[in-house]
Amino acid sequence: MTDVREALFIARTTDGRTVRRPLSPHLQVYKPQMTMALSIMHRITGVALAVGALILVSWLVAAASSDRAFDTVSMLLHTWIGKLALLGWTASLWFHFSTGIRHLFWDVGHGFEMPQVHASARFVLVATAVLTLATWFVGLMAL
Amino acid sequence: MSKSPTQTIMRSGLSRARGLGSAQTGATHWFAERVTGMALVPLTLWFIYSIFSLLGAPRAAVAAWAGHTVNATLLLALVLIMFKHMAMGLQVVMEDYIHSEKLRLVSVLAMKAVVGLFGIAAILAIIKLALAA
Repeated sequence: MTDVREALFIARTTDGRTVRRPLSPHLQVYKPQMTMALSIMHRITGVALAVGALILVSWLVAAASSDRAFDTVSMLLHTWIGKLALLGWTASLWFHFSTGIRHLFWDVGHGFEMPQVHASARFVLVATAVLTLATWFVGLMAL
Repeated sequence: MSKSPTQTIMRSGLSRARGLGSAQTGATHWFAERVTGMALVPLTLWFIYSIFSLLGAPRAAVAAWAGHTVNATLLLALVLIMFKHMAMGLQVVMEDYIHSEKLRLVSVLAMKAVVGLFGIAAILAIIKLALAA
């Protein structure tokens, strides 16, 4: 035995064989739902934002270093890969921002009824699209 | 089919259950994740709003903007809280998906080292910009 928890994973099937219990949440028996898609997307965008934070760090460090370093970072961000990364970063940001606020409402006990959960999920998707488009629209106007 | 596990432990059920108890720090982590998340809502809105005036601007303009005490203060708050929130979130993701205890411990520590170093680099840059102005 490697771990005391192993002892608690033991279960018996109806024919009496001992088996190792599967770990929840048993994704293999679930019908795909919008709620689970948003849940895992909250995580994925969170991890993506952590990677995207490197853009912010390099921008700040370059601004504090030299004109040459700053121009290099600016140039990289103006390539199509840079723009695509920034588009992904803004979309991830607004999605995580919206689902994060949805989580805060749940944390204080609001919005747990299924119709409300589905309404807030749709709201999050619309808010992400609107905020992302608005950010790029205003950004491109300001350029 | 998974192989049948064998139970060779000598400890009592009560002793095992006690060993599986709460570490007493989960609620603090959970709460801090929410508090930092709440703080990031206005800070994010401020940052995105500020970025609009800096798009395509030369380094001097960015340095002048970050040189303002109010901007430097909010920028420092944003980076400090964002990196704290990030480290906590990534830790939970790692703890959920990495099942090997050794690999999990090493991964979480390595992640915290990387997040910490990048956070310090960002903070140092903000302080440099704030003091240079």
